[in-house]
Amino acid sequence: MATQTSTKVIGGGDQGFATTRLDALLGWARKYSLFNYPFVTACCGMEFMAVSSPRYDFARFGAEAPRFSPRQSDLLWVVGTISQRQAPILKRIYEQMMEPRWVMAFGTCASCGGFYDNYTTVPGIDKIIPCDVYVPGCPPRPEAVFDGLLLIQDKIASGVRKPSVVKPRMDPATDLVQLNTKKKEKES
Amino acid sequence: MSKLALEKLQAKLGPKVLETHSHLGDDTALVSADAWHEAAKLLRDDPALDFDLFVDLCAVDYPKREPRFEVVLHVYSTTKHHRIRLKTRVGDEEGEGAELDTITNVWVGSNWFERETFDMMGIIFKGHPDLRRILMYPEFEGYPLRKDYPAQKTQPLVPYRTEEEAGLGLEKVAPFGGDEGMPFGRKWFEKGAGAFGELGDVRGTQEATGPRKDG
Repeated sequence: MATQTSTKVIGGGDQGFATTRLDALLGWARKYSLFNYPFVTACCGMEFMAVSSPRYDFARFGAEAPRFSPRQSDLLWVVGTISQRQAPILKRIYEQMMEPRWVMAFGTCASCGGFYDNYTTVPGIDKIIPCDVYVPGCPPRPEAVFDGLLLIQDKIASGVRKPSVVKPRMDPATDLVQLNTKKKEKES
Repeated sequence: MSKLALEKLQAKLGPKVLETHSHLGDDTALVSADAWHEAAKLLRDDPALDFDLFVDLCAVDYPKREPRFEVVLHVYSTTKHHRIRLKTRVGDEEGEGAELDTITNVWVGSNWFERETFDMMGIIFKGHPDLRRILMYPEFEGYPLRKDYPAQKTQPLVPYRTEEEAGLGLEKVAPFGGDEGMPFGRKWFEKGAGAFGELGDVRGTQEATGPRKDG
């Protein structure tokens, strides 16, 4: 179970039924119907809007419905810097969420405080609440956020709760520029 | 630009104007603390000056000076199009007795700025209608922008999770170094590995940002 990353049908046949394990089925159902609670405090919120709006659109991954009540949501997006003054609010929001619940730290500030090494900023939300996936970046690109979302989905399916970090990737924009220049060379 | 204002201040307040400075339209008057309110009122009410727009109010900490704090006010005139900086000095070396008359009854806009200055520097504005913290939480002790506030000191409202409670190390996992985003930061100076420490300039190297392993 620990290494399983997607739902497997254990047995089945041409009789029109399939068998699987109940927790695997539940995980499969949960991973494609994430209800989000966006806890947006800072500039990463702009990137969150980009991810949720049509150009990138995380609805494609089933994480469509934002719930502005923590009681109805199962994925908490912590988007932006968490100040010491915000910390009790964040903790209370987390405690109000129903089990099972997952937390994503969106951006460097939520993950580790970023460059705010001072009297007013919490150095990472994991000092206050458990966190499942960290997405580094200031702000992270939408692609990195999708990597984080897919990591969460893998974790939901497999039941593994060990925190993990989205690996930084090359900026795809550089490839786009190269493609454009190559195209121009062909034309000329 | 507003040398006129400096002259009028000197004419009205005499020796209470301790210093003036005027260079390329950048005019500053340093007045004694007991003349603070009077000077503000003069700047607003004199028809030739007519400083009707409050711009900024803040304080600066000079830890070895006496008086220790300098309170700085910027005002602008939307009719005469000139501006002036008015300063005063308060507080002894321990930061005690840093008290000043409020100017909320001269420019209403100074209300939140005085609260901020109180919050960050601990300067008490006498006669302020609602002098309480504006940025920090009420439980916060001390004044964070004073130079003697310890740079590493935090006052969490929620106790941090311990590593036993979390069941894992809370020191940052890769790719986050312990000082992610701050290779020039305080922690490195403490380790002697800062930009000018004995280990030399490590900014931008692998050591500075922590080893990058796949998480």
